[in-house]
Amino acid sequence: MTVSVSMAFADLRSIPMDVAPFRLSGAVYGALLNHRAALAALGDKVGKPPHDAAPKAPVLYIKPRNTFALCGDFVPFPAAHDELEAAANLGLVIGRSACRVAPDDALEHVAGYLIVVDVSIPSASHYRPQVRFKARDGFCPLGPKVTARADIPSPDALKIRTRIDGVLVQTASTADLIRPAAQLLAAVSEFMTLAPGEVLATGAAAPAARVRSGQTVLVEIDGLGELSNRFLGIGA
Amino acid sequence: MKRAKVAFAGSIHEAVPHGEGEGLLRLADGRRVREDQVVWLPPFEVGTIIALGLNYADHAKELALNSQDEPLVFLKGPGTLIGHRGQTRRPRDVAFMHYECELAVVIGRTAAGVSRSEALAHVAGYCIANDYAIRDYLENWYRPNLRVKNRDGATALGPWFVEAADVADPADLDLRTFVNGKQTQAGNTRQMIFDVAYLIEYLSAFMTLSAGDVILTGTPHGVGNVESGDEVVCEIEGLGRLANTIVGDEVYGVGSQDGRSMPCA
Repeated sequence: MTVSVSMAFADLRSIPMDVAPFRLSGAVYGALLNHRAALAALGDKVGKPPHDAAPKAPVLYIKPRNTFALCGDFVPFPAAHDELEAAANLGLVIGRSACRVAPDDALEHVAGYLIVVDVSIPSASHYRPQVRFKARDGFCPLGPKVTARADIPSPDALKIRTRIDGVLVQTASTADLIRPAAQLLAAVSEFMTLAPGEVLATGAAAPAARVRSGQTVLVEIDGLGELSNRFLGIGA
Repeated sequence: MKRAKVAFAGSIHEAVPHGEGEGLLRLADGRRVREDQVVWLPPFEVGTIIALGLNYADHAKELALNSQDEPLVFLKGPGTLIGHRGQTRRPRDVAFMHYECELAVVIGRTAAGVSRSEALAHVAGYCIANDYAIRDYLENWYRPNLRVKNRDGATALGPWFVEAADVADPADLDLRTFVNGKQTQAGNTRQMIFDVAYLIEYLSAFMTLSAGDVILTGTPHGVGNVESGDEVVCEIEGLGRLANTIVGDEVYGVGSQDGRSMPCA
């Protein structure tokens, strides 16, 4: 089963997200502070309490299934807040079970790529921020589709552009990831197996784009297309 | 009514206890099997796994942490789940790996913006969870780190899914943990800082809970280190006994010269 899947996905050009084995399984993991700009933005806070030291293992978060939104979906904007953060990430879509993989063959476990926008309520805490900042309904737009790995020669120098209402607000590159895609997948799979259909977001630059209610966030990654979502206020 | 999900003879089955104390199960197709002849799986289709840190006052004190005005919630992924009688790996280089016996609350009906008074109507049932942690890997970034709490096979669920109607009061259940037969942890769900109804109100205020989502409600005082070979049994009044065995790296081929694993016992 695993063998036929891994042979098949090299030939696919566009993978619909709702079809097994590429169906999104309910697990989207993401790495924080894995972009040089994100770690640099913390300055000398890194070595001080409560952190005391720079992170050693990948710093990870989980976006649960209630957060998933597809291209074109509205992201509900909570009334109690003025601004949200929209952090644009390259996401790896797992194609074969990845357990304790070596960096050299980590990407063999990847079926394809997609754009992941990690939406958060801004928080100054990196120590133990509340899950409610990241796990609200609609806070994880994904898409616009899964692009097969074979169509992206390397995930390590892709430009990521974030536009708000058409205005370019951030340009980043996966070349600036502290652990590039293969190294990150290897480090994560050391302690947690990633299964087919799961997604690993590789890390966003800082500062993240700030979005207000009524605005549209459009993220574009080289070769992966554009993911567009309007943020709209909800009642109290 | 309580039911399990087990693998037997090439397929997955719903199973119920057969007889009293005979260690027998009856599969949905009528077959009767011994409970040690099947592979026990988590007893329901698990959605989002939500867990609570420090939700018992005495355990918070044990870890020298102050009380909070808001629940300490974290999330777990599906790869961390195992069923009753499963194995959990203890890496050889760690000093402190501990069990956590917890009441698991299974959502049965979509919950969004639910009030505390309505909350329990959204609960399908309950089971036992053993939510392991390896404290050696704790780093002070986005705690608790997934490397500590979201390891493969480090969240046991089961053995049974017990319907809510069969649990008279989820706020008055004794919990106990035994390591190699010796009791190491005891508490009662009435000692929770944030009770089940409050947790559902709190969570559903920002995230829609769906059928199959599960809330692991935290653990009482008495967590302790476990070693390879230990048998850990978590017990909750009315929900059964959830057994788990700690195994070492050699079973997984970690650190062996040729990368090969030892045969499982």
